[in-house]
Amino acid sequence: MRIPVAAVADAVSNDVMRAADGTPLKIKLRQAERKQRRRAMLLVAPLFLFIVVTFLLPIGIMLRNAVYDPDIKNNLPRTVAAISTWDGLEVPGEEAFAALAADFKAAQASKTAALIGKRLNFEIPTLKSKVVATARQIAKVEQGPWKEAIVAVDPIWGQRGTWLAIRNSAPVITGYYVLSVLDLKRSDEGGVERVPEDRRIYVNILGRTMGISLLVTLVTLVLGYPVAYMLATLPQRTASLLMIFVLLPFWTSLLVRTTAWTILLQDGGIFAQMMSITGLTWLLNILGVLDGEPLLNKSRFATVLAMTHIQLPFTLLPIYSVMKTISPTYMRAAKSLGATPGYAFRKVYMPQTLPGVAAGCLLTFILCLGYYITPALVGGPRDNMIAGFIDSAMNSEGNWGKASALGLMLLIATMILYYVYNRLIGIDKMKLG
Amino acid sequence: MKKLSLVLGAALLASTAIMGVAKAADELTIVSWGGAYSESQRKAFFEPYNAAGNKITETEYSGEYAKIKAMVEANAVTWDVVDVDTATGLQGCAEGTLETIDWAKLGLDKTKFIGGDVMDCAVPNIVYGTVFAYDTSKLATGPTVMTDFYDLAKFPGKRGMWKNPDVNMEWALIADGVPAADVYKVLGTPEGLDRAFKKLDTIKSEIVWWEAGAQAPQLLADGQVVMTTAWNGRIQSAIDKDKKPFKIVWDYQGLDWDWWAIVKGGPKIEEAYRFITYASQPAAMAEQTKYIAYGPANTEAIPNVEAATVPNLPTAPENMKTALMIDPQFWADNKDQIRERFNAWLAK
Repeated sequence: MRIPVAAVADAVSNDVMRAADGTPLKIKLRQAERKQRRRAMLLVAPLFLFIVVTFLLPIGIMLRNAVYDPDIKNNLPRTVAAISTWDGLEVPGEEAFAALAADFKAAQASKTAALIGKRLNFEIPTLKSKVVATARQIAKVEQGPWKEAIVAVDPIWGQRGTWLAIRNSAPVITGYYVLSVLDLKRSDEGGVERVPEDRRIYVNILGRTMGISLLVTLVTLVLGYPVAYMLATLPQRTASLLMIFVLLPFWTSLLVRTTAWTILLQDGGIFAQMMSITGLTWLLNILGVLDGEPLLNKSRFATVLAMTHIQLPFTLLPIYSVMKTISPTYMRAAKSLGATPGYAFRKVYMPQTLPGVAAGCLLTFILCLGYYITPALVGGPRDNMIAGFIDSAMNSEGNWGKASALGLMLLIATMILYYVYNRLIGIDKMKLG
Repeated sequence: MKKLSLVLGAALLASTAIMGVAKAADELTIVSWGGAYSESQRKAFFEPYNAAGNKITETEYSGEYAKIKAMVEANAVTWDVVDVDTATGLQGCAEGTLETIDWAKLGLDKTKFIGGDVMDCAVPNIVYGTVFAYDTSKLATGPTVMTDFYDLAKFPGKRGMWKNPDVNMEWALIADGVPAADVYKVLGTPEGLDRAFKKLDTIKSEIVWWEAGAQAPQLLADGQVVMTTAWNGRIQSAIDKDKKPFKIVWDYQGLDWDWWAIVKGGPKIEEAYRFITYASQPAAMAEQTKYIAYGPANTEAIPNVEAATVPNLPTAPENMKTALMIDPQFWADNKDQIRERFNAWLAK
């Protein structure tokens, strides 16, 4: 094909490459790319939307719930407005009490007094019943003076602290829940202080969650690494057969496996009998580790054991698939250069498996952080992890703000770990196979 | 390709299953506590009611009020009638998640019901006792008084307890020497609460916690505990039906109610009323005592109860001697903060 001389001359004169129809090649290329990008986007769109709707949106709502609490502002609007300019030094005057009375009447009619009480109860325990009782009484009072009427129902309304509590809980954006899951609270002076000793719980729980997760990760690594090595080095046929043993439990429901553990570990169950037959019980008693029969069920031991069992394939499989890619020639070369097998393993083989180790461990650790069913079934109350407390805040306490704040804490802890991991090892080094 | 069509087929199946569930919301869904208790309701109420051409779908829960609240707030009420405990009834009433009961519409006389005037949003159905029980085949001379539950020297071994502060706190104080009449006065003070926890501390290491009512007789049957707190009907069912050698200690039994409540904003309010009317008739309530040993809340049902069952009911005079009436108002007011402290105590 001949190129028209004019076109060539034009292209040369403008210093622009052009397609056959005369449009500059650059534009043409951009058009083609745009079309492709649009097609790619259409393909990605369903997944993207799915992630937005089922993942990002709920996380967003959770994060909002952890700091957003409009109950007082919505249900005590007049009171909040009336004390907006209050200096906080003396109990406010008649105007504020009149507003409170009007709010209580409205709350009694719409049955929201309990919501107000519930929120104020966080600031001053016992306020819940007092709010409900006062609202009920005040609804019957026709006329002021309101200060007298309200204080007559309950003297607590004549105290400065009660009004500070209302003022503290009025902002729609509140730090209360986040502080409470760090075992902190606002002091009357406006600072932050630790809650009384007998109520401190969540920092401890977070530490426990991390501790159990770390322990399970280490145990799965110690148990899984040699198995992965064996599977990767055995002849294919034997390895495939043995792989079934790793995968079978992996395919079994988590609930089934956990329930199986509760049966195996129950008092006088198979595990306890085995320990007694093999003399382990006797030995542990001699060593002073144990006093009498072992109590395996509902213990930390059972929790770690069951979690290790469930998590083992998650640690093992990435290590295995990385090991599969390591050529045996490296080890042979090291040995031929005079390295002992141990030295060659440490210096040549192990460093190459690290990306798999990192991937497996991170996977297991992060999955462990969210464990709920297993500690609930085989662990005792002292082994419950943070997810169990999120459940109890959600379902039995009905305190969704706290549940969200706990979720937020877990999310932040996970992100910090991920960041540290990325700095130490580098996420690009992670290999799932 | 075959795999893909398999996956698609499974997805299709799953989605029709979900749609099937959505359709079931058109029936009257009744939620209760499971185990022997649900069984008794099934035999006495649900089955005859269904036989009359109605369709009841049963669901179980463990008293999680948050589920009711979530439904009402999301405006997606799928539970119509719920069997609630007293605290949940009061809380739901105060927070507007339960319908206010119109007794005229039920066609029932409020004054004939034990506790009929305790709250506006629920109809009492049974009176139950929180008791403790032991296995006579394991303990020849068993405990006879409530303080024995705390006596580790006399009765060593594990104790089952409900993982909830209710009744446990009251018993801790009584076991510590507080007169039953003053229990709530003491428990309402910070010092009293400390005192109760201190008493609980003395047996904490020996406690096995249960959460669903059916677990208590199970713990006893498995020999995991030497004694356990339980709802009396659960133990009686194990004695009557499973022929277990259990014995109930009635000393300071905690008397409380269960209630029928209607979730606010549900699509089946009228049907719910009709069911509650049906289940509150003296004959139906007396029928229920055949299957579980709880006292019918409708006093007119009591003459219809079989003579052999009467001594097993918590309302029998013999069992009422030291009975402790659980104070609904106290728990409605204090449950949140006591439970929070209880959870912190558990985790330590």
